[in-house]
Amino acid sequence: MEAHFWWVIGGVLFVLLNTAAGLIWLERRMLALWQDRYGPNRAGPLGLFIVLADTIKLFFKEDWIPPFSDKVVFVFAPAVVVASVLMSFAVIPFGPNILVADWNIGLLFFLAMSSLGVYSIVLGGWASNNKYALLGAMRGASQMISYEVFMGLALMGVVLLSGSFNLREIVEAQRGMWYIIPQFLGFVIFLIAGVAETHRLPFDIPEAESELVAGFHAEYSGMKFGMFFIGEYLGVTLVSSMIVTLYFGGWLGPAFLPGVIWFVIKTFVFISLFILLRASMPRPRYDQLMEYGWKVLFPLSLLNLLVTAAVKLILTDNLK
Amino acid sequence: MFSLLRSMWLVFLHMFHKRETYQYPEEKAPLPARWRGRIALTRDPDGGERCVGCYLCAAACPVDCISLQATEAPDGRRYPSFFRINFSRCIFCGFCEEACPTYAIQLLPDFEIAEYDRQNLVYEKEDLLINSQGKYPGYNYYRVAGMAIGGKDKGDAAKEEPPVDVKSLLP
Repeated sequence: MEAHFWWVIGGVLFVLLNTAAGLIWLERRMLALWQDRYGPNRAGPLGLFIVLADTIKLFFKEDWIPPFSDKVVFVFAPAVVVASVLMSFAVIPFGPNILVADWNIGLLFFLAMSSLGVYSIVLGGWASNNKYALLGAMRGASQMISYEVFMGLALMGVVLLSGSFNLREIVEAQRGMWYIIPQFLGFVIFLIAGVAETHRLPFDIPEAESELVAGFHAEYSGMKFGMFFIGEYLGVTLVSSMIVTLYFGGWLGPAFLPGVIWFVIKTFVFISLFILLRASMPRPRYDQLMEYGWKVLFPLSLLNLLVTAAVKLILTDNLK
Repeated sequence: MFSLLRSMWLVFLHMFHKRETYQYPEEKAPLPARWRGRIALTRDPDGGERCVGCYLCAAACPVDCISLQATEAPDGRRYPSFFRINFSRCIFCGFCEEACPTYAIQLLPDFEIAEYDRQNLVYEKEDLLINSQGKYPGYNYYRVAGMAIGGKDKGDAAKEEPPVDVKSLLP
């Protein structure tokens, strides 16, 4: 048991970090595919070694800490995003037996950790002592906090149906029917909130390179920038695997493939969806983003919660 | 909302489109015949230099990348004693080609002239002269303009026509 546990932690970390790095390649290839280009295709087979080249480049770049910055916080901020996202992966069941922490508060832990990710943006932008970084950080904070609200509310529908915060039990509860069918509205809201949560395009308001240079990480270079970079791709992986776990039956699937493979396939479908979103969507204005969140998605998620609860009540009454 | 989904779908369909990229070093893009690339000095149909060292190209050049020295052959024919183009300065505007009265200087459809050493981008006359008539085959400036040699003025020889009087309006 103990040995198995460490193997799982090591394996999950290894796979995740490599996935996040590989997503650099995947994203560029996919974007190129959708823009009728090739993307990186020179280094190695299909250009795969671009990941290696990028990593080496990031490691050897000058790691510059601006003299006008708050140095301790400046160094601390990029670590927060990677750490918080990696912590969230602890509660995700990748397969029938591949789970780091089988906690009964798994979903709450995920929400808490993704909220902690805000700190990285706010601290990074604040410590940079740069007006663009500060603007990006402010935008990031308000965006993530407001989208967190109905992200949580959308998840409550799943919790109501499964009767558990434990992600393993949520997956088990989807044996009969994936929650995408009863919780379609919740899925849509969670997807949108997830995109905003990872501040990916089209909700990349904190970065918004055409308005804010690079937003909250404008002053970062070298591996510190790399941490934000990896954190973003880890976030994409995290939200994709959360969508799969909560709405698409996690590792459940026809038995001819092991559960882990099903999980990976489903996750990559959603990662590709994230990239497609980036390839096709314009960035909304900041006030549009806030309005959309609070005036459309927030009421919708409340409605979803109410209807789910009502249906659940009626059904349980009938069962008695 | 619908338009967003539609644009996502349309972008997704681009997966099945042909890619526009030319895989450059292996696959060359077709260059138009009038592409303004590497500059060359062409020769007339008899294999002689067309350049008469009039300095018009050097005067027209907006970045002053052409330098030459005209000199005269014993028969009175002018030619450049040296002709130098600094391609690290050249902007490939083609003004020299337009200014040239003898079609000597021409821009060719060739852009692959990159060098590791900047000094190698300075082309001397032997680098510039090509063994070709370029875009105007069969053109010889002196057959059109005539040439005065010792004892014979322009257009006086048996098979020559008198030169055109450019100041006259008559045909």
